[in-house]
Amino acid sequence: MRDIHVSKVTETVKKLCIDANYYLTDDIRERLEEARAQEKFPIANNILDILIKNADIASNEERPMCQDTGMAVVFLEIGQEVHIVGGSLEEAVNEGVRQGYIEGYLRKSVVADPIERINTNDNTPAIIYYTITSGDSFKITVAPKGFGSENMSQIKMLKPADGVEGIKEFVLQVVKDAGPNPCPPIVVGIGIGGTFDKAALLAKKALLRSTNERNHHPFYAELENQLLTEINALGIGPQGFGGRTTALAVNIETYATHIAGLPVAVNINCHATRHGEASL
Amino acid sequence: MIKRITMPLTEEIIKDLKVGDSVLLTGIIYTARDAAHKRLVTLISEGKDLPFDIKGQVIYYVGPTPAKEGQPIGSAGPTTSYRMDPYTPILLQKGLKGMIGKGTRNQEVMEAIKQCSAVYFAAIGGAAAMTAKCVKSSEVIAYEDLGAEAIRKLYVEDFPAVVVIDKKGNNYYEIGQQNYLKTRDQFYL
Repeated sequence: MRDIHVSKVTETVKKLCIDANYYLTDDIRERLEEARAQEKFPIANNILDILIKNADIASNEERPMCQDTGMAVVFLEIGQEVHIVGGSLEEAVNEGVRQGYIEGYLRKSVVADPIERINTNDNTPAIIYYTITSGDSFKITVAPKGFGSENMSQIKMLKPADGVEGIKEFVLQVVKDAGPNPCPPIVVGIGIGGTFDKAALLAKKALLRSTNERNHHPFYAELENQLLTEINALGIGPQGFGGRTTALAVNIETYATHIAGLPVAVNINCHATRHGEASL
Repeated sequence: MIKRITMPLTEEIIKDLKVGDSVLLTGIIYTARDAAHKRLVTLISEGKDLPFDIKGQVIYYVGPTPAKEGQPIGSAGPTTSYRMDPYTPILLQKGLKGMIGKGTRNQEVMEAIKQCSAVYFAAIGGAAAMTAKCVKSSEVIAYEDLGAEAIRKLYVEDFPAVVVIDKKGNNYYEIGQQNYLKTRDQFYL
């Protein structure tokens, strides 16, 4: 058994919340620079320049890239040989979010009840997912999720007969429906299979994968490439003003499913696709 | 060509704005988003005065991050506008002349923009750290309890935006994308 004190969890979550909001990840910066090099439509080119410049200002001045600093989505991968000591793990995560959002000058965007809508003023509670793994590792991933893009996400329970064509049609429809609203260029996370809830979680997890990596299964890697090409043929462009660059990447995750079903979830993210991870 | 505009928006200014125009806005604008809009429209329905005179003014859909010491405001990019659609026509009828946000508007808002001779601008979504640099001062004037959603009076200088819906009801999201699709062969041979 390895003991991990909850204070380490709080400290790490706090830092990840702040860093994810201030610093664009290297892979996304590469995607933006590649897109800018390929984008010839003048207004689109100009907007890609602005987004790169914005990332520079944010990191140089240590301020959030976006005013919507998101709802904190926290993934914990906990080895079964780990023993959490010093208090409640859930409270430790929320304390990290609280400290990160207050000390990092991040916006508090969470309301305690979906109808009453009173702000909790510290951006808690976080959305927390726990996975138990083998060994004694402990990995924390924080993905602050903005709702301009979250609101444009959709899920559909397709029929098995709809197959891969049905999946493509649905994904393209979601991107068209979203149009300029999620601040394109976007990153598209897709979950295929599982149950209703599992597909949505897969789509969210797909957004955590580096855009440098393709799905390990060659069929889905090819589907990611095809979808990216077809999305970028729609002409929506950066900010929806027209152009080639509608998406920077498409990431797919899959799981086994039922003989009667083909769940497909599409989680849209803005260009920044903020996330960070650390191991304790 | 970039048009420099000084607020408040007059008929004269609005008449000359066409979709696709890049503009730099200077002057006073007010912030309001979901919760503040709901309160404003409730006041109107009760026949009460609004916390600021809305005639000829521009509302920026933004909930900024908290300012660090020495900054007038934190990061301050636009939020998605369609959520304000249910409230916008009544504000336009009360004299609001401009909105700054991002994304599509519904048919009722498009019609109200035409009828009331107003304009809808898009700021650059996601460029919030850069946009904040155009905000020179910020003062909460109403609904402080709403935190990021409070109504703020901002003084902005050379705030970059694009005309997305003009007083004729043209929609740049459609036109811009069509222009790209019609002309892309010349860019990508």
